[in-house]
Amino acid sequence: MTGTSPAVVAASKLGLTFQTNDGPVQALSNVDLTIGKGEFVSFIGPSGCGKTTLLRVIADLEKPTSGTISVNGMTAEQAREKRAYGYVFQAAALFPWRTIERNVGLPLEIMGLSKAEQGERIKRTLDLVNLSGFEKKYPWQLSGGMQQRASIARALAFDADLLLMDEPFGALDEIVRDHLNEQLLELWGRTNKTICFVTHSIPEAVYLSTRIVVMSPRPGRVSDIIESTLPRERPLDIRETPEFLAIAARVRDGLRAGHSYDD
Amino acid sequence: MDTFRDKLIPVTSILAGVVVLWYVFAVILNTPFQRDLDRRANETSTFSELIGKTLSQPKPTLPAPHQVAVNFFENTFLRPITSNRSLVYNAWVTLSSTLLGFAFGTALGIIIAVGIVHVATLDRSLMPWIIASQTIPILAVAPMIIVVLGAIGISGLIPKAMISTYLSFFPVTVGMVKGLRSPEIMHLDLMHTYNASRAQTFWKLRVPASVPFLFTSMKVAVAASLVGAIVGELPTGAVAGIGAKLLAGAYYSQSIDIWSALVAGSVVAALLVMVVGIAGRLVDRAMGGRPA
Repeated sequence: MTGTSPAVVAASKLGLTFQTNDGPVQALSNVDLTIGKGEFVSFIGPSGCGKTTLLRVIADLEKPTSGTISVNGMTAEQAREKRAYGYVFQAAALFPWRTIERNVGLPLEIMGLSKAEQGERIKRTLDLVNLSGFEKKYPWQLSGGMQQRASIARALAFDADLLLMDEPFGALDEIVRDHLNEQLLELWGRTNKTICFVTHSIPEAVYLSTRIVVMSPRPGRVSDIIESTLPRERPLDIRETPEFLAIAARVRDGLRAGHSYDD
Repeated sequence: MDTFRDKLIPVTSILAGVVVLWYVFAVILNTPFQRDLDRRANETSTFSELIGKTLSQPKPTLPAPHQVAVNFFENTFLRPITSNRSLVYNAWVTLSSTLLGFAFGTALGIIIAVGIVHVATLDRSLMPWIIASQTIPILAVAPMIIVVLGAIGISGLIPKAMISTYLSFFPVTVGMVKGLRSPEIMHLDLMHTYNASRAQTFWKLRVPASVPFLFTSMKVAVAASLVGAIVGELPTGAVAGIGAKLLAGAYYSQSIDIWSALVAGSVVAALLVMVVGIAGRLVDRAMGGRPA
Protein backbone atom coordinates (compact mmCIF):
# COMPACT_ATOMS: atom_id res chain seq x y z
CA MET A 1 0.00 0.00 0.00
CA THR A 2 1.24 3.43 -0.79
CA GLY A 3 -0.02 5.37 2.17
CA THR A 4 -2.00 8.50 1.45
CA SER A 5 -2.34 8.40 -2.34
CA PRO A 6 -5.90 7.57 -3.43
CA ALA A 7 -6.55 4.00 -4.59
CA VAL A 8 -6.70 3.59 -8.37
CA VAL A 9 -7.78 -0.03 -8.05
CA ALA A 10 -9.37 -1.46 -4.92
CA ALA A 11 -10.52 -5.07 -4.78
CA SER A 12 -12.12 -6.58 -1.75
CA LYS A 13 -13.05 -10.26 -1.27
CA LEU A 14 -13.14 -10.46 -5.05
CA GLY A 15 -14.17 -13.81 -6.53
CA LEU A 16 -15.02 -15.06 -9.98
CA THR A 17 -16.38 -18.50 -10.78
CA PHE A 18 -16.77 -19.61 -14.38
CA GLN A 19 -19.52 -22.10 -15.16
CA THR A 20 -18.02 -24.61 -17.58
CA ASN A 21 -19.20 -27.94 -18.94
CA ASP A 22 -16.95 -29.66 -16.42
CA GLY A 23 -18.59 -27.80 -13.56
CA PRO A 24 -17.69 -24.50 -11.89
CA VAL A 25 -14.09 -23.27 -12.04
CA GLN A 26 -12.93 -20.81 -9.43
CA ALA A 27 -10.74 -18.44 -11.41
CA LEU A 28 -10.41 -15.94 -8.58
CA SER A 29 -11.10 -16.31 -4.91
CA ASN A 30 -10.92 -13.83 -2.08
CA VAL A 31 -8.65 -11.30 -3.74
CA ASP A 32 -7.93 -8.24 -1.61
CA LEU A 33 -5.75 -5.66 -3.29
CA THR A 34 -5.29 -1.92 -3.35
CA ILE A 35 -3.21 -0.23 -6.01
CA GLY A 36 -2.23 3.39 -5.49
CA LYS A 37 -1.60 6.08 -8.04
CA GLY A 38 1.73 5.86 -9.86
CA GLU A 39 2.46 2.28 -8.83
CA PHE A 40 3.82 -0.33 -11.19
CA VAL A 41 2.27 -3.61 -10.09
CA SER A 42 3.10 -6.93 -11.67
CA PHE A 43 0.93 -10.01 -11.42
CA ILE A 44 2.92 -13.20 -11.69
CA GLY A 45 1.98 -16.85 -11.41
CA PRO A 46 1.63 -20.08 -13.35
CA SER A 47 -1.06 -20.39 -15.98
CA GLY A 48 -4.51 -20.80 -14.50
CA CYS A 49 -3.72 -18.64 -11.46
CA GLY A 50 -6.21 -16.00 -12.59
CA LYS A 51 -3.74 -13.17 -13.25
CA THR A 52 -5.21 -12.37 -16.65
CA THR A 53 -8.72 -12.82 -15.26
CA LEU A 54 -7.98 -10.31 -12.52
CA LEU A 55 -6.77 -7.81 -15.10
CA ARG A 56 -9.90 -8.42 -17.16
CA VAL A 57 -12.09 -7.84 -14.09
CA ILE A 58 -10.37 -4.49 -13.51
CA ALA A 59 -11.04 -3.70 -17.20
CA ASP A 60 -14.69 -4.76 -16.90
CA LEU A 61 -14.13 -7.43 -19.55
CA GLU A 62 -15.27 -10.00 -16.96
CA LYS A 63 -17.82 -9.52 -14.17
CA PRO A 64 -16.88 -10.74 -10.69
CA THR A 65 -19.30 -13.19 -9.08
CA SER A 66 -18.52 -12.07 -5.54
CA GLY A 67 -16.83 -9.22 -3.69
CA THR A 68 -16.33 -5.70 -4.96
CA ILE A 69 -13.95 -3.91 -7.27
CA SER A 70 -13.54 -0.20 -7.75
CA VAL A 71 -11.45 1.64 -10.32
CA ASN A 72 -10.74 5.34 -9.77
CA GLY A 73 -13.37 5.25 -7.05
CA MET A 74 -16.08 4.05 -9.47
CA THR A 75 -17.36 0.63 -10.40
CA ALA A 76 -15.29 -1.10 -13.07
CA GLU A 77 -18.10 -0.59 -15.57
CA GLN A 78 -18.36 3.14 -14.93
CA ALA A 79 -14.59 3.42 -15.18
CA ARG A 80 -14.61 1.63 -18.53
CA GLU A 81 -17.38 3.88 -19.79
CA LYS A 82 -15.25 6.87 -18.79
CA ARG A 83 -12.25 5.30 -20.60
CA ALA A 84 -10.27 5.24 -17.40
CA TYR A 85 -7.67 2.79 -18.64
CA GLY A 86 -5.72 1.71 -21.71
CA TYR A 87 -5.47 -2.03 -22.28
CA VAL A 88 -2.58 -3.78 -23.99
CA PHE A 89 -3.23 -7.36 -25.06
CA GLN A 90 -0.87 -10.31 -25.44
CA ALA A 91 -0.84 -9.72 -29.19
CA ALA A 92 -0.61 -6.26 -30.70
CA ALA A 93 -4.19 -6.63 -32.01
CA LEU A 94 -3.72 -3.84 -34.54
CA PHE A 95 -6.32 -3.60 -37.28
CA PRO A 96 -4.50 -4.80 -40.41
CA TRP A 97 -6.46 -2.45 -42.69
CA ARG A 98 -5.39 0.66 -40.78
CA THR A 99 -2.02 2.38 -40.93
CA ILE A 100 -0.11 2.78 -37.68
CA GLU A 101 -1.34 6.35 -37.18
CA ARG A 102 -4.94 5.35 -37.84
CA ASN A 103 -4.58 2.41 -35.44
CA VAL A 104 -3.30 4.73 -32.73
CA GLY A 105 -6.10 7.14 -33.61
CA LEU A 106 -8.82 4.47 -33.30
CA PRO A 107 -9.76 5.22 -29.67
CA LEU A 108 -9.63 8.96 -30.41
CA GLU A 109 -12.03 8.51 -33.34
CA ILE A 110 -14.37 6.53 -31.10
CA MET A 111 -14.23 9.26 -28.48
CA GLY A 112 -15.13 11.79 -31.16
CA LEU A 113 -12.06 14.03 -30.91
CA SER A 114 -11.47 16.64 -33.58
CA LYS A 115 -9.14 15.76 -36.46
CA ALA A 116 -6.59 18.31 -35.27
CA GLU A 117 -6.64 16.98 -31.71
CA GLN A 118 -6.32 13.41 -33.03
CA GLY A 119 -3.31 14.32 -35.16
CA GLU A 120 -1.59 16.07 -32.28
CA ARG A 121 -2.11 13.15 -29.88
CA ILE A 122 -1.09 10.53 -32.43
CA LYS A 123 2.14 12.40 -33.03
CA ARG A 124 2.82 12.76 -29.31
CA THR A 125 2.19 9.12 -28.44
CA LEU A 126 4.13 7.78 -31.41
CA ASP A 127 7.04 9.94 -30.25
CA LEU A 128 6.65 8.47 -26.78
CA VAL A 129 7.13 4.89 -28.05
CA ASN A 130 9.82 5.90 -30.59
CA LEU A 131 7.72 5.11 -33.65
CA SER A 132 7.88 8.49 -35.36
CA GLY A 133 8.32 8.03 -39.10
CA PHE A 134 6.18 4.90 -39.23
CA GLU A 135 2.82 6.71 -39.30
CA LYS A 136 1.89 5.61 -42.81
CA LYS A 137 3.06 2.01 -42.50
CA TYR A 138 0.68 -0.89 -42.21
CA PRO A 139 1.11 -3.30 -39.29
CA TRP A 140 2.56 -6.10 -41.42
CA GLN A 141 5.39 -3.80 -42.46
CA LEU A 142 6.57 -3.58 -38.81
CA SER A 143 8.42 -6.11 -36.66
CA GLY A 144 6.63 -7.79 -33.76
CA GLY A 145 8.28 -5.49 -31.23
CA MET A 146 7.33 -2.39 -33.17
CA GLN A 147 3.76 -3.63 -33.53
CA GLN A 148 3.52 -4.09 -29.78
CA ARG A 149 4.93 -0.58 -29.29
CA ALA A 150 2.24 0.74 -31.62
CA SER A 151 -0.37 -1.02 -29.52
CA ILE A 152 1.08 0.60 -26.39
CA ALA A 153 0.88 3.97 -28.17
CA ARG A 154 -2.76 3.22 -28.92
CA ALA A 155 -3.40 2.53 -25.23
CA LEU A 156 -1.63 5.76 -24.25
CA ALA A 157 -3.24 7.93 -26.92
CA PHE A 158 -6.29 8.96 -24.93
CA ASP A 159 -4.36 9.83 -21.77
CA ALA A 160 -5.88 7.36 -19.36
CA ASP A 161 -3.99 7.33 -16.06
CA LEU A 162 -4.17 3.57 -15.76
CA LEU A 163 -2.45 1.16 -18.10
CA LEU A 164 -3.45 -2.53 -18.02
CA MET A 165 -0.96 -4.80 -19.76
CA ASP A 166 -1.58 -8.50 -20.26
CA GLU A 167 1.73 -10.22 -21.02
CA PRO A 168 2.44 -7.60 -23.67
CA PHE A 169 5.95 -8.87 -24.41
CA GLY A 170 5.28 -12.59 -23.98
CA ALA A 171 5.49 -13.35 -27.69
CA LEU A 172 8.71 -11.43 -28.29
CA ASP A 173 12.30 -12.65 -28.14
CA GLU A 174 14.41 -11.80 -25.12
CA ILE A 175 16.52 -9.11 -26.75
CA VAL A 176 13.49 -7.18 -27.93
CA ARG A 177 11.81 -7.78 -24.60
CA ASP A 178 14.74 -6.29 -22.63
CA HIS A 179 14.67 -3.27 -24.85
CA LEU A 180 10.92 -2.77 -24.49
CA ASN A 181 11.11 -3.27 -20.71
CA GLU A 182 13.64 -0.48 -20.52
CA GLN A 183 11.50 1.77 -22.69
CA LEU A 184 8.39 0.96 -20.67
CA LEU A 185 10.12 1.92 -17.41
CA GLU A 186 11.30 5.15 -18.96
CA LEU A 187 7.79 5.88 -20.21
CA TRP A 188 6.32 5.11 -16.80
CA GLY A 189 8.85 7.46 -15.19
CA ARG A 190 7.94 10.26 -17.56
CA THR A 191 4.16 9.91 -17.48
CA ASN A 192 3.57 8.86 -13.87
CA LYS A 193 0.86 6.43 -14.93
CA THR A 194 -0.36 3.54 -12.83
CA ILE A 195 0.52 0.28 -14.53
CA CYS A 196 -0.85 -3.22 -13.91
CA PHE A 197 1.34 -5.72 -15.70
CA VAL A 198 0.68 -9.44 -16.10
CA THR A 199 3.71 -11.62 -16.79
CA HIS A 200 5.11 -15.05 -16.12
CA SER A 201 8.71 -13.95 -16.22
CA ILE A 202 10.29 -13.42 -12.80
CA PRO A 203 13.12 -11.10 -14.01
CA GLU A 204 10.63 -9.01 -15.96
CA ALA A 205 8.36 -8.65 -12.92
CA VAL A 206 11.22 -7.73 -10.59
CA TYR A 207 12.86 -5.36 -13.03
CA LEU A 208 9.69 -3.39 -13.74
CA SER A 209 7.62 -3.36 -10.59
CA THR A 210 7.26 -1.36 -7.47
CA ARG A 211 5.13 -4.23 -6.18
CA ILE A 212 4.84 -7.84 -7.24
CA VAL A 213 1.64 -9.77 -6.69
CA VAL A 214 2.35 -13.51 -6.65
CA MET A 215 -0.66 -15.63 -7.54
CA SER A 216 -1.35 -19.35 -7.44
CA PRO A 217 -3.94 -21.55 -9.07
CA ARG A 218 -6.92 -23.74 -8.09
CA PRO A 219 -8.50 -21.59 -6.87
CA GLY A 220 -6.83 -18.52 -8.37
CA ARG A 221 -5.72 -16.35 -5.48
CA VAL A 222 -3.08 -13.93 -4.25
CA SER A 223 -0.47 -15.88 -2.32
CA ASP A 224 2.08 -13.14 -1.67
CA ILE A 225 2.64 -9.44 -2.26
CA ILE A 226 6.25 -8.30 -2.43
CA GLU A 227 7.28 -4.65 -2.15
CA SER A 228 10.29 -3.86 -4.28
CA THR A 229 13.15 -2.05 -2.60
CA LEU A 230 14.76 -1.15 -5.90
CA PRO A 231 15.02 2.56 -6.79
CA ARG A 232 12.77 4.02 -9.49
CA GLU A 233 15.76 4.60 -11.73
CA ARG A 234 16.71 1.15 -13.00
CA PRO A 235 19.40 0.57 -15.58
CA LEU A 236 19.29 -2.90 -17.19
CA ASP A 237 22.35 -4.09 -15.21
CA ILE A 238 20.48 -3.63 -11.95
CA ARG A 239 19.45 -7.18 -12.65
CA GLU A 240 22.87 -8.40 -11.56
CA THR A 241 22.75 -6.68 -8.14
CA PRO A 242 22.27 -8.77 -4.97
CA GLU A 243 19.20 -6.70 -4.10
CA PHE A 244 17.54 -7.63 -7.37
CA LEU A 245 18.43 -11.29 -6.96
CA ALA A 246 17.09 -11.32 -3.42
CA ILE A 247 13.70 -10.03 -4.59
CA ALA A 248 13.69 -12.53 -7.44
CA ALA A 249 14.38 -15.30 -4.94
CA ARG A 250 11.45 -14.18 -2.80
CA VAL A 251 9.17 -14.21 -5.84
CA ARG A 252 10.40 -17.69 -6.76
CA ASP A 253 9.77 -18.90 -3.19
CA GLY A 254 6.29 -17.41 -3.32
CA LEU A 255 5.54 -19.19 -6.55
CA ARG A 256 6.85 -22.48 -5.17
CA ALA A 257 4.82 -22.13 -1.96
CA GLY A 258 1.66 -21.56 -3.97
CA HIS A 259 2.43 -24.65 -5.98
CA SER A 260 3.53 -26.99 -3.18
CA TYR A 261 0.23 -28.73 -2.46
CA ASP A 262 -0.26 -29.20 -6.15
CA ASP A 263 1.54 -32.49 -6.74
CA MET B 1 3.79 -12.43 -63.55
CA ASP B 2 5.41 -15.60 -62.34
CA THR B 3 2.14 -17.16 -61.35
CA PHE B 4 0.76 -16.61 -64.82
CA ARG B 5 3.66 -18.46 -66.43
CA ASP B 6 3.42 -21.20 -63.82
CA LYS B 7 -0.20 -21.76 -64.71
CA LEU B 8 0.14 -21.41 -68.47
CA ILE B 9 1.73 -24.78 -69.25
CA PRO B 10 -0.52 -26.99 -67.10
CA VAL B 11 -3.65 -25.18 -68.25
CA THR B 12 -2.80 -25.32 -71.95
CA SER B 13 -1.85 -28.99 -71.79
CA ILE B 14 -5.21 -29.80 -70.23
CA LEU B 15 -6.88 -27.70 -72.92
CA ALA B 16 -5.00 -29.57 -75.68
CA GLY B 17 -6.07 -32.87 -74.12
CA VAL B 18 -9.70 -31.76 -74.03
CA VAL B 19 -9.59 -30.66 -77.68
CA VAL B 20 -8.12 -33.98 -78.79
CA LEU B 21 -10.76 -35.93 -76.85
CA TRP B 22 -13.43 -33.64 -78.25
CA TYR B 23 -12.36 -34.44 -81.84
CA VAL B 24 -12.31 -38.16 -81.07
CA PHE B 25 -15.82 -38.06 -79.66
CA ALA B 26 -17.06 -35.82 -82.50
CA VAL B 27 -15.97 -38.50 -84.97
CA ILE B 28 -17.42 -41.35 -82.90
CA LEU B 29 -20.76 -39.63 -82.24
CA ASN B 30 -21.26 -38.27 -85.76
CA THR B 31 -20.29 -41.48 -87.56
CA PRO B 32 -23.67 -43.33 -87.38
CA PHE B 33 -25.54 -40.40 -88.96
CA GLN B 34 -22.81 -39.95 -91.59
CA ARG B 35 -22.98 -43.66 -92.55
CA ASP B 36 -26.74 -43.26 -92.85
CA LEU B 37 -26.29 -40.30 -95.20
CA ASP B 38 -23.69 -42.17 -97.25
CA ARG B 39 -25.94 -45.18 -97.59
CA ARG B 40 -28.81 -43.07 -98.88
CA ALA B 41 -26.54 -41.30 -101.33
CA ASN B 42 -25.08 -44.66 -102.34
CA GLU B 43 -21.60 -43.51 -101.53
CA THR B 44 -18.82 -45.35 -99.82
CA SER B 45 -16.34 -43.25 -97.97
CA THR B 46 -12.81 -44.21 -97.11
CA PHE B 47 -11.88 -43.88 -93.49
CA SER B 48 -10.25 -40.49 -93.95
CA GLU B 49 -13.16 -39.21 -96.05
CA LEU B 50 -15.52 -40.38 -93.31
CA ILE B 51 -13.59 -38.48 -90.70
CA GLY B 52 -13.60 -35.34 -92.83
CA LYS B 53 -17.35 -35.57 -93.30
CA THR B 54 -18.15 -36.25 -89.64
CA LEU B 55 -16.30 -33.05 -88.75
CA SER B 56 -18.16 -30.84 -91.20
CA GLN B 57 -21.83 -31.79 -90.83
CA PRO B 58 -24.19 -28.80 -90.75
CA LYS B 59 -26.18 -30.19 -87.80
CA PRO B 60 -23.81 -32.61 -86.08
CA THR B 61 -24.65 -34.53 -82.94
CA LEU B 62 -21.42 -33.18 -81.49
CA PRO B 63 -19.90 -30.28 -83.41
CA ALA B 64 -16.14 -30.29 -83.83
CA PRO B 65 -14.18 -27.62 -81.98
CA HIS B 66 -13.28 -25.76 -85.16
CA GLN B 67 -16.94 -25.60 -86.23
CA VAL B 68 -17.83 -24.04 -82.90
CA ALA B 69 -14.86 -21.71 -83.15
CA VAL B 70 -15.83 -20.54 -86.63
CA ASN B 71 -19.48 -20.07 -85.64
CA PHE B 72 -18.42 -18.23 -82.48
CA PHE B 73 -16.04 -16.00 -84.40
CA GLU B 74 -18.61 -15.16 -87.11
CA ASN B 75 -21.38 -14.41 -84.63
CA THR B 76 -19.15 -12.41 -82.35
CA PHE B 77 -16.97 -10.35 -84.64
CA LEU B 78 -18.50 -10.40 -88.12
CA ARG B 79 -22.08 -9.46 -87.33
CA PRO B 80 -23.25 -5.96 -86.45
CA ILE B 81 -23.81 -5.96 -82.72
CA THR B 82 -27.39 -4.84 -83.23
CA SER B 83 -28.23 -8.04 -85.09
CA ASN B 84 -30.15 -10.53 -83.01
CA ARG B 85 -27.84 -13.26 -84.28
CA SER B 86 -24.85 -11.46 -82.84
CA LEU B 87 -23.48 -13.20 -79.76
CA VAL B 88 -22.31 -9.84 -78.44
CA TYR B 89 -25.90 -8.57 -78.57
CA ASN B 90 -27.28 -11.70 -76.93
CA ALA B 91 -24.54 -11.76 -74.32
CA TRP B 92 -25.29 -8.11 -73.52
CA VAL B 93 -28.99 -8.89 -73.03
CA THR B 94 -28.11 -11.66 -70.58
CA LEU B 95 -25.33 -9.62 -68.99
CA SER B 96 -27.60 -6.68 -68.23
CA SER B 97 -30.07 -8.79 -66.27
CA THR B 98 -27.16 -10.66 -64.66
CA LEU B 99 -25.66 -7.42 -63.40
CA LEU B 100 -28.97 -6.05 -62.19
CA GLY B 101 -29.76 -9.31 -60.39
CA PHE B 102 -26.24 -9.49 -58.99
CA ALA B 103 -26.50 -5.96 -57.61
CA PHE B 104 -29.87 -6.73 -56.01
CA GLY B 105 -28.61 -10.08 -54.73
CA THR B 106 -25.46 -8.63 -53.20
CA ALA B 107 -27.41 -5.83 -51.53
CA LEU B 108 -30.06 -8.25 -50.26
CA GLY B 109 -27.40 -10.71 -49.09
CA ILE B 110 -25.57 -8.01 -47.14
CA ILE B 111 -28.78 -6.71 -45.55
CA ILE B 112 -29.86 -10.18 -44.46
CA ALA B 113 -26.37 -10.91 -43.10
CA VAL B 114 -26.33 -7.69 -41.07
CA GLY B 115 -29.74 -8.63 -39.66
CA ILE B 116 -28.64 -12.14 -38.79
CA VAL B 117 -25.46 -10.98 -37.08
CA HIS B 118 -27.21 -8.31 -35.01
CA VAL B 119 -30.59 -9.80 -34.19
CA ALA B 120 -30.54 -13.17 -32.45
CA THR B 121 -34.16 -13.87 -33.43
CA LEU B 122 -33.34 -13.46 -37.11
CA ASP B 123 -30.36 -15.78 -36.74
CA ARG B 124 -32.63 -18.55 -35.49
CA SER B 125 -35.68 -17.84 -37.65
CA LEU B 126 -34.22 -16.78 -40.98
CA MET B 127 -31.22 -19.03 -41.52
CA PRO B 128 -33.15 -22.31 -41.99
CA TRP B 129 -35.40 -20.61 -44.57
CA ILE B 130 -32.46 -19.19 -46.43
CA ILE B 131 -30.86 -22.61 -46.67
CA ALA B 132 -34.18 -24.18 -47.67
CA SER B 133 -34.62 -21.55 -50.39
CA GLN B 134 -31.54 -22.90 -52.16
CA THR B 135 -32.75 -26.50 -52.15
CA ILE B 136 -35.70 -25.60 -54.39
CA PRO B 137 -34.77 -26.31 -58.01
CA ILE B 138 -34.51 -22.95 -59.73
CA LEU B 139 -35.95 -24.44 -62.94
CA ALA B 140 -39.21 -25.02 -61.08
CA VAL B 141 -39.33 -21.56 -59.56
CA ALA B 142 -38.29 -19.56 -62.60
CA PRO B 143 -41.47 -20.00 -64.69
CA MET B 144 -43.63 -19.15 -61.67
CA ILE B 145 -41.76 -15.94 -60.99
CA ILE B 146 -42.04 -14.95 -64.63
CA VAL B 147 -45.72 -15.82 -64.92
CA VAL B 148 -46.68 -14.15 -61.63
CA LEU B 149 -44.75 -11.00 -62.42
CA GLY B 150 -46.09 -11.02 -65.98
CA ALA B 151 -49.65 -11.13 -64.57
CA ILE B 152 -49.03 -7.89 -62.68
CA GLY B 153 -47.52 -6.29 -65.72
CA ILE B 154 -43.81 -6.69 -64.98
CA SER B 155 -41.86 -8.31 -67.76
CA GLY B 156 -38.54 -8.05 -69.52
CA LEU B 157 -35.45 -7.35 -67.46
CA ILE B 158 -36.86 -7.39 -63.92
CA PRO B 159 -38.20 -10.97 -63.75
CA LYS B 160 -34.93 -12.36 -65.11
CA ALA B 161 -32.96 -10.21 -62.70
CA MET B 162 -35.10 -11.52 -59.84
CA ILE B 163 -34.10 -15.07 -60.63
CA SER B 164 -30.47 -13.94 -60.60
CA THR B 165 -31.12 -12.24 -57.28
CA TYR B 166 -32.65 -15.42 -55.91
CA LEU B 167 -29.51 -17.38 -56.76
CA SER B 168 -26.93 -14.76 -55.86
CA PHE B 169 -28.08 -13.48 -52.47
CA PHE B 170 -27.37 -16.82 -50.81
CA PRO B 171 -23.57 -17.00 -51.14
CA VAL B 172 -23.35 -13.34 -50.16
CA THR B 173 -25.48 -13.89 -47.06
CA VAL B 174 -23.46 -16.90 -45.95
CA GLY B 175 -20.14 -15.18 -46.70
CA MET B 176 -21.08 -11.94 -45.00
CA VAL B 177 -22.46 -13.64 -41.88
CA LYS B 178 -19.10 -15.35 -41.60
CA GLY B 179 -17.22 -12.15 -42.42
CA LEU B 180 -19.10 -9.94 -39.96
CA ARG B 181 -18.44 -12.54 -37.28
CA SER B 182 -14.79 -12.91 -38.23
CA PRO B 183 -13.23 -10.30 -35.88
CA GLU B 184 -11.11 -11.91 -33.20
CA ILE B 185 -12.29 -11.79 -29.59
CA MET B 186 -9.27 -9.61 -28.83
CA HIS B 187 -10.39 -6.99 -31.34
CA LEU B 188 -13.92 -7.07 -29.95
CA ASP B 189 -12.58 -6.77 -26.39
CA LEU B 190 -10.47 -3.82 -27.53
CA MET B 191 -13.56 -2.03 -28.84
CA HIS B 192 -15.28 -2.85 -25.55
CA THR B 193 -12.48 -1.22 -23.55
CA TYR B 194 -13.04 1.95 -25.59
CA ASN B 195 -16.74 1.77 -24.72
CA ALA B 196 -17.44 1.79 -28.47
CA SER B 197 -21.08 1.76 -29.51
CA ARG B 198 -22.50 -1.09 -31.57
CA ALA B 199 -22.51 1.14 -34.62
CA GLN B 200 -18.86 2.05 -34.11
CA THR B 201 -17.89 -1.60 -33.67
CA PHE B 202 -19.85 -2.41 -36.81
CA TRP B 203 -18.35 0.25 -39.06
CA LYS B 204 -14.83 0.32 -37.71
CA LEU B 205 -14.32 -3.40 -37.07
CA ARG B 206 -16.93 -5.76 -38.48
CA VAL B 207 -17.31 -4.17 -41.91
CA PRO B 208 -13.61 -3.88 -42.78
CA ALA B 209 -13.00 -7.39 -41.43
CA SER B 210 -15.75 -8.76 -43.68
CA VAL B 211 -14.46 -7.26 -46.95
CA PRO B 212 -12.35 -10.26 -48.06
CA PHE B 213 -15.31 -12.55 -47.32
CA LEU B 214 -17.57 -10.27 -49.38
CA PHE B 215 -15.41 -10.53 -52.47
CA THR B 216 -14.98 -14.28 -52.19
CA SER B 217 -18.74 -14.73 -51.96
CA MET B 218 -19.34 -12.19 -54.74
CA LYS B 219 -17.26 -14.33 -57.10
CA VAL B 220 -19.60 -17.25 -56.47
CA ALA B 221 -22.64 -14.97 -56.61
CA VAL B 222 -21.82 -13.40 -59.95
CA ALA B 223 -21.47 -16.80 -61.61
CA ALA B 224 -24.76 -17.88 -60.02
CA SER B 225 -26.38 -14.67 -61.28
CA LEU B 226 -25.42 -15.52 -64.83
CA VAL B 227 -26.90 -18.99 -64.48
CA GLY B 228 -30.05 -17.37 -63.09
CA ALA B 229 -30.33 -14.96 -66.01
CA ILE B 230 -29.88 -17.77 -68.55
CA VAL B 231 -32.41 -19.98 -66.77
CA GLY B 232 -34.75 -17.00 -66.63
CA GLU B 233 -34.64 -16.72 -70.41
CA LEU B 234 -35.65 -20.32 -71.01
CA PRO B 235 -39.33 -20.36 -69.88
CA THR B 236 -40.15 -16.85 -71.12
CA GLY B 237 -39.65 -17.60 -74.75
CA ALA B 238 -37.31 -14.65 -74.62
CA VAL B 239 -36.28 -13.48 -78.06
CA ALA B 240 -32.78 -12.50 -77.09
CA GLY B 241 -30.10 -13.58 -74.66
CA ILE B 242 -27.77 -16.53 -74.25
CA GLY B 243 -30.62 -18.60 -72.84
CA ALA B 244 -32.82 -17.73 -75.83
CA LYS B 245 -30.01 -18.74 -78.19
CA LEU B 246 -29.65 -22.07 -76.39
CA LEU B 247 -33.38 -22.71 -76.60
CA ALA B 248 -33.65 -21.68 -80.26
CA GLY B 249 -30.67 -23.86 -81.10
CA ALA B 250 -32.36 -26.79 -79.40
CA TYR B 251 -35.66 -26.21 -81.28
CA TYR B 252 -34.01 -26.14 -84.66
CA SER B 253 -31.29 -28.72 -83.91
CA GLN B 254 -28.64 -26.06 -84.53
CA SER B 255 -26.12 -27.85 -82.39
CA ILE B 256 -23.29 -25.59 -83.49
CA ASP B 257 -25.30 -22.54 -82.37
CA ILE B 258 -25.96 -24.17 -79.01
CA TRP B 259 -22.30 -24.82 -78.47
CA SER B 260 -21.19 -21.36 -79.47
CA ALA B 261 -23.85 -19.83 -77.22
CA LEU B 262 -22.45 -22.05 -74.49
CA VAL B 263 -18.95 -20.77 -75.19
CA ALA B 264 -20.26 -17.20 -75.11
CA GLY B 265 -21.86 -17.90 -71.72
CA SER B 266 -18.62 -19.31 -70.37
CA VAL B 267 -16.63 -16.35 -71.64
CA VAL B 268 -19.06 -13.96 -69.95
CA ALA B 269 -18.88 -15.98 -66.72
CA ALA B 270 -15.09 -16.02 -66.78
CA LEU B 271 -14.95 -12.28 -67.42
CA LEU B 272 -17.42 -11.55 -64.62
CA VAL B 273 -15.52 -13.65 -62.08
CA MET B 274 -12.27 -12.04 -63.22
CA VAL B 275 -13.65 -8.51 -62.85
CA VAL B 276 -14.89 -9.27 -59.34
CA GLY B 277 -11.51 -10.83 -58.52
CA ILE B 278 -9.62 -7.77 -59.78
CA ALA B 279 -11.96 -5.44 -57.88
CA GLY B 280 -11.34 -7.53 -54.77
CA ARG B 281 -7.59 -7.27 -55.21
CA LEU B 282 -7.73 -3.50 -55.75
CA VAL B 283 -9.81 -3.04 -52.62
CA ASP B 284 -7.45 -5.28 -50.66
CA ARG B 285 -4.50 -3.23 -51.84
CA ALA B 286 -6.28 -0.01 -50.90
CA MET B 287 -6.88 -1.47 -47.43
CA GLY B 288 -3.18 -2.05 -46.92
CA GLY B 289 -3.19 -5.73 -47.85
CA ARG B 290 0.19 -7.37 -48.05
CA PRO B 291 1.12 -7.92 -51.69
CA ALA B 292 1.10 -11.66 -52.31
